[in-house]
Amino acid sequence: MSKQALAAIRTQVMWNRLIAVVEEQAQSLLRTAFGTITREAGDLSAGVYDTKGRMLAQAMTGTPGHVNTMATAVEHFFPHFPVSEMQPGDVYITNDPWLGTGHLFDYVMMTPVFLGRKPVAIFASTCHVIDVGGVGMSARAYSSFEEGTLIPHMKLRKAGEINEELMSVILANSRNPIEVRGDLLSLVSANDTGARRLIDMMTEFGLKDIDRLAEHILTQSEKATREAIKALPQGEWSYEMPLDGYEAPIVIKSKLTTKGGKITIDFTGSSPASVRGINSPRTYTHAYSVFGLKAVIAPHVPNNIGSLSCFDLVTEAGTCVDPTRPSPVTARHVIGQMLADATFGCLAQALPGKVQAESAGSIWILSLSSAHEQVSARVMEGARRFQVTNVGLGGIGGRPGKDGLSTTAFPSGIGAIPAEITEAQCPLYFKRKQYLPDSGGAGEYRGGLGQIIEIANRENAPFVISAATFDRIHNPAKGREGGSPGRRGNARLGSGPALKDKGNHVVPAGDSLIVELPGGGGFGRPQARSAEAIKSDLASGLISETAAEKDYGYAT
Amino acid sequence: MAESTNKLAADIGGTFTDIVLETPARRYSCKVLTTTAAPELGVLEGIEIVLKDAKLAASAVDVFIHGTTLATNALIERKGAKTAFITTEGFRDVIETGYEKRFDHYDLMIDRPQPLVPRTRRYTLRERLSVEGEVLVPLDEASVPALAEKLNADQVGAVAIGFLHAYAHDAHEKRVRDMLRSKLGDHVTICLSSEVTPEIREYERFSTTCANAYVRPLMAGYLMRLRDELSRRGLKAPLFLMMSGGGLTTLETAARFPIRLVESGPAGGAILASTIARQCGLDEVLSFDMGGTTAKICLLSDGEPERARKFEIARAYRDMKGSGLPVRIPVIEMVEIGAGGGSIARVDKLGRITVGPDSAGSTPGPASYGRGGTEPAVTDANVVLGKIDPAFFAGGKIPLDETGARQALQKAIGDPLKLDGIWPAAGVTEIVEENMANAARVHAIERGKDIGATTMIAFGGAAPLHACHLAEKLGVAQIIVPSGAGVGSAIGFLQAPIAYEITRSAAIALAKFDAARANGLLKAMERDARAVVEPAVGREKLKVIRIADFRYVGQGHEIRVTLPDGALKASDGPKLRQAFEKLYKVLYGLTIPSMEIEAVTWSVTVSSTPPKVKRAGKPRGGKAPKARKQRQVYDPDLGKLVSMPVYWRFDMTPGAKINGPAIIAENETSTLVAANFRAHIDSLGYIVLDRVKGNR
Repeated sequence: MSKQALAAIRTQVMWNRLIAVVEEQAQSLLRTAFGTITREAGDLSAGVYDTKGRMLAQAMTGTPGHVNTMATAVEHFFPHFPVSEMQPGDVYITNDPWLGTGHLFDYVMMTPVFLGRKPVAIFASTCHVIDVGGVGMSARAYSSFEEGTLIPHMKLRKAGEINEELMSVILANSRNPIEVRGDLLSLVSANDTGARRLIDMMTEFGLKDIDRLAEHILTQSEKATREAIKALPQGEWSYEMPLDGYEAPIVIKSKLTTKGGKITIDFTGSSPASVRGINSPRTYTHAYSVFGLKAVIAPHVPNNIGSLSCFDLVTEAGTCVDPTRPSPVTARHVIGQMLADATFGCLAQALPGKVQAESAGSIWILSLSSAHEQVSARVMEGARRFQVTNVGLGGIGGRPGKDGLSTTAFPSGIGAIPAEITEAQCPLYFKRKQYLPDSGGAGEYRGGLGQIIEIANRENAPFVISAATFDRIHNPAKGREGGSPGRRGNARLGSGPALKDKGNHVVPAGDSLIVELPGGGGFGRPQARSAEAIKSDLASGLISETAAEKDYGYAT
Repeated sequence: MAESTNKLAADIGGTFTDIVLETPARRYSCKVLTTTAAPELGVLEGIEIVLKDAKLAASAVDVFIHGTTLATNALIERKGAKTAFITTEGFRDVIETGYEKRFDHYDLMIDRPQPLVPRTRRYTLRERLSVEGEVLVPLDEASVPALAEKLNADQVGAVAIGFLHAYAHDAHEKRVRDMLRSKLGDHVTICLSSEVTPEIREYERFSTTCANAYVRPLMAGYLMRLRDELSRRGLKAPLFLMMSGGGLTTLETAARFPIRLVESGPAGGAILASTIARQCGLDEVLSFDMGGTTAKICLLSDGEPERARKFEIARAYRDMKGSGLPVRIPVIEMVEIGAGGGSIARVDKLGRITVGPDSAGSTPGPASYGRGGTEPAVTDANVVLGKIDPAFFAGGKIPLDETGARQALQKAIGDPLKLDGIWPAAGVTEIVEENMANAARVHAIERGKDIGATTMIAFGGAAPLHACHLAEKLGVAQIIVPSGAGVGSAIGFLQAPIAYEITRSAAIALAKFDAARANGLLKAMERDARAVVEPAVGREKLKVIRIADFRYVGQGHEIRVTLPDGALKASDGPKLRQAFEKLYKVLYGLTIPSMEIEAVTWSVTVSSTPPKVKRAGKPRGGKAPKARKQRQVYDPDLGKLVSMPVYWRFDMTPGAKINGPAIIAENETSTLVAANFRAHIDSLGYIVLDRVKGNR
């Protein structure tokens, strides 16, 4: 009895330890990364795998798009580099959008760990680097070849020596070579940190391998997930979600099937791939659709290949959710981050009253730069050169029993970048950044509010905004259970004209850029909202008197 | 503060108020229940007890040092002043939108922390300064009188003012304060972000400013009441307050910046560890403070704790980063997790034992308290494992119900996991120890420290019970359990220097280092810090520590580098680069050669010189102690119950030695000497545990 009891407790201790190890790995990366999107907003991920390439644990720090894509990224290295041929000190790298995490900006770094000469585990991490050449952070490209430089599965470090030849190719193709080198070295160092801690743990517990631990983790996680899926109603539900798209509107068709502990999400029939870079490679599609399902069905089961394996994905090659090479994919989150809502559309029919309304969805990346590449040198004379990134976040849908969160990323896990930080990096300044009243969809539980952001230049010079990621301008987040849609997004110049598409736009000298982030949809009938909640929204100025009367029939 | 004085300290905690009196002859201490409604009453009661024990008159006290969780509790329970916030037009919601981030990806029902100032009391003024201080929009002074009227009509008790870029350019904030001052009642507090925490990142600065304003009327009121009451009773000694950064400050400064008092108890503990490290000549120390609700882990090098400038208050989910409100204040860097004697144990859906972060507190308390608690807590597990003598808990004041503890553990842990006997309890202690080990390990990694090379200093009621196994997990070879461990924080207060830290954001690159600008900044900061400290210290020589936070340009995380004394020169640029890169390499294993380096934040600490400590010497001889009894106790090293001798701590004189496994009992706690350890009493009366075998 006592021996088994101790063994069971030790297994649990080791599992917890493994999660702590990858959290260390992620923290190390967060602290050393360059580029505001990674270091301020947390666009990164870290995980540990067994020698079969199965993800055993991943850090809480990070964002689902990275986390779940990385779950399968490791096994793609194996055809090129079998584990049996790996050497201590090796590090492998790729930024292949189809085999990594969905666009060229994310480098996946994989490091095998050895106990003596024997490979015992693999660490992998990824982060968004500042620049990979090509057309930059925009959706303008017509093919992935225009989007930057693709590094296929290669060795970045051989037996402890950095492959400087490969490094020089990567750096020669970036506008920010110094920062990119810094980020790549940060990834290498983060994996090394994880590897060291794992070896410490194995020494402490006297382990020669982690195979039994891996089996335990995966079996337990899969079992718990299957039980959660079995508890769902069995059946089939479909949903259609329209999106703005780039050159033409997009429709996401989804079908959810539950049967005997298996759950399948099928995107067959969705729009063909866009000719511009908003397509979501299958791996990224998998990441966000499964994230949405898991967050509703089995939120507390740790993320690993055991729990993820319970979700099946069906896609058609050549669609916007499974583009084939060389479809452009840089702004893949425009479609990818809408997929949680696409799955919720089905899930809400299976679980009436239990699934939140639609959200603003894809984050609006405010990619801002000086206009040196767009405007004549004479106009730009004396103007500072800059390229900065900030983000615009809209509202989350109303939830069963609670209003939706305002101005918060969902399903992405990233956060805001302080205005003061961006202003310290460039001559732009924010004229305002605050809640947009009446933007949350009406409902018993109101959708989260979007926000209005206005940006101008302190210098008397034009600047450029990439509107690549601005969606839900025509198609709002829908309400649920009788709730109203959230307010649509909007992007325009301070002088009035709207930005006409997802391209790059020049904001003339003296003018400003105004973006209004979409609100979340409402949950439940607006008439059912408590007078107290309406009064409080009115007093806070979150809704206007007109809206109180029109949306809620509340007379003031 | 000379040695021949009578020094009094009071630490108000969530459950107990600890009082310590040190006279030239000896130390007196007591614990009384915290009187939440009027906390000064508990303090006064405790002071009376120790003065009586020492047969001293109140007037014989030479100095009184106080630390309190009052500000923390007011923030958690939202019992501060009705506060208004005035900010730049267009930025009304900064303190509510916060990081705009979900702190838990998978929990769709989380709530983000509610700001201390609701939208209805957040006002904006037309004004805007740029990052360089140029006026983009002039301050609209004409609308200030109308705003003042609104504030008066709303009867606010506190006003926080925070404008963009005020960390470097405070003109508009000051102007608005001056205009409001004459129009608001004297009882209305006004706090400026440029004074409370002049650092870049608007959310964190505004959040700190609002928190300071929110607790200031309450704290100022309490401190003045306490001073008056003490003085009425003849205790007219100077009163100093313990700050979260580990220094003491005057009542006046504490009343202006009460947000700096939030973590004063744990800071006192770190100061105690600092003293012990210097007494025992320890380079690298792991301070392990485990009480009823949380465990605090702090690392010290050469007797100095690590310091930081960010802290999260009032977390909705205790151990979840991001679920509370950030404040930027000088704090002692430590990790605090929900792992204490009262932490509740459960089994989750995956059949895993979880411990904490919630606590049974003192009511109902652990199941063994027999006050209606049904869920098992860590204390219950320690009772079942024989580590705590149920008849002698808290000096016998709280008799414990062993059967109740056993039943609660069996039901909540044993039945679902098919474990029986002592195994549910062994599982719970194993997990709580592993949780603490993990927190310590991550913390050490983040600081670039090798945790296995540290000596552990264990104090707080629960720490000595878990220290050996925690040390085993961390590869730590030596543990020190000081005397008075149960009131460790209050003892630490008595050893803290009078100090004040001032911090400012100013980006200065190291290439072409602008030494003149840095010197100007540092000089002004030192002047301001001296102005706070000098009146309290008198003519004593002051210590000045200057630190700059450096990073590679483009990164978001900085590394603290201590600056050389005296004026900086342009040629210091390369030296500072070297110093930064050395630390960077320790932390991350490599450097980035061609990358530019900049200082982002500067801080100056002015403090009194810490008192000289008595060095631990080699104890002479020492009698072999006699065990009071034998008890069956679980030894985690051996993984089974073994019969252990129980020694009474005060039977053991300096030089006394015993081998593990054994228990050393005293009033406030018990020390478990595991099988792999040997214990001796050093010349200062501390228990020193040395690992003799085992892992690593």
